[in-house]
Amino acid sequence: MFKFDKLVFGDLGWGDEFLFATLMTITVSILSMGLGLCLAILTVWAKLITNKITRLIANFYTTVVRGVPELLVIYLIFFGGNTVVMSIAKLFGYHGYIELNALTIGTIAIAFISATYSSEVLRAAYLAVNKGQIEAAKALGLNKFQIFFKVMGPQILLHALPGIGNVWQITLKDTSLISVTGLVEIMRQTRIASNVEHSPLTFLVTAALLYLFLTTFSGKFFKLLELNFSKGYN
Amino acid sequence: MQNFFDYFNQSLLFRNFVEVLSGLDNTLLLLVISLPIGFVLSLVFALGRVSKNKILSKPIAGYIFVIRGTPLLVQIYLIYFGLGSIEFIRESFLWILLKEPFWCGVLALTINTVAYGSEIFRGGIQSVTKGQIESGLSLGFNKFMLLRKVILPIALRKVLPSYGNELILMVKATSLVSLTTYMEMTGIARKIMAKTFAPVEAFIAAGILYLFLNFLMVQFVKYLEWKYNPHLRVNES
Repeated sequence: MFKFDKLVFGDLGWGDEFLFATLMTITVSILSMGLGLCLAILTVWAKLITNKITRLIANFYTTVVRGVPELLVIYLIFFGGNTVVMSIAKLFGYHGYIELNALTIGTIAIAFISATYSSEVLRAAYLAVNKGQIEAAKALGLNKFQIFFKVMGPQILLHALPGIGNVWQITLKDTSLISVTGLVEIMRQTRIASNVEHSPLTFLVTAALLYLFLTTFSGKFFKLLELNFSKGYN
Repeated sequence: MQNFFDYFNQSLLFRNFVEVLSGLDNTLLLLVISLPIGFVLSLVFALGRVSKNKILSKPIAGYIFVIRGTPLLVQIYLIYFGLGSIEFIRESFLWILLKEPFWCGVLALTINTVAYGSEIFRGGIQSVTKGQIESGLSLGFNKFMLLRKVILPIALRKVLPSYGNELILMVKATSLVSLTTYMEMTGIARKIMAKTFAPVEAFIAAGILYLFLNFLMVQFVKYLEWKYNPHLRVNES
């Protein structure tokens, strides 16, 4: 039933493969979380400025991506992404065949999903900051950039941090879905190993433990970060 | 006009739409079985989680920790591929159910939603203020009456929005069962894609259906909120 001796490092086991797969999962999670946060900032900006068209686009984006299963978004970007990229390249006069690799596609897909959650967190955090703070900053004669980076930014971060921690956990777990694109992360490695060794239970339990390890430790990390950021308040 | 309808009927998107629609019943079947069981079990587990009895609350806390810390895909694979590789289960009566991808999906979705749902309900139960419990006790309620008449109504009402969120996540989660060869909407969309080599049309057709399903779910939760939170209703006159 269990063949845990197959998990040794080296040529005899799958230990090193799983180590690399775990690193791949972490890489994809961090990249897509970062890209997702950038997208989220853009979305929040589009929702908060007084322009009906940008608000409509941003609302459409968040509603659709949150209302559709993650797997469908990944399929759409994985199978449809190349077509879109090639048609964009055609506009610029390039007619060759372009294929994005699985890492790029996976990162973009997860970022699109993660950004919808992040944007809600950031929006709520922005609205939670007292308007008096902006007025006080203006009274001190700070310019727009100074207001954003010295006054609003740190406070938004403080309010958003717990939510961002949650989004990180969701993103980390969602990366398991991009195994369908063939990118060798934990889930894909699990399928490969269990097909070769005919022992799915061993490797699936390993995968579950690896994910549990990742989520627990990153959760602890975010707790520490929160404590650090809220120093001024308690 | 006739021309337009003919064109529309023959368009790939429309034909895909009809084909994906035939998987709607399979998706709904997953939800119809796993959501009610999940709801009841969530309540039971939440009550166990807040109980002072450590033998009861600790294992439930562990269960919630493990399920919330691992992706649903791992859980589905563990049940579908993992359980099937255990000799003992293959020879028991459970195998009649567990060899079907459908029942594996139902089991995985239920296990998943119970973990998230019981955390939500726990938040609701713990948010009931002490004064309300004390006033219930002063009316001479016993433990069961207190639960039935005071704690649960207040708690459930409070957690409706977040439980609604979980319901929507569950609708989305059913798409993962397609990876165990179960033919629900995502599985059919995938099959269409393999047949027509037109991925965008196939997945957009499925996406529209999921959006519609989630829209209905949101309306249902909104109705429940309106019905059970009369004190929060905006003045309708």
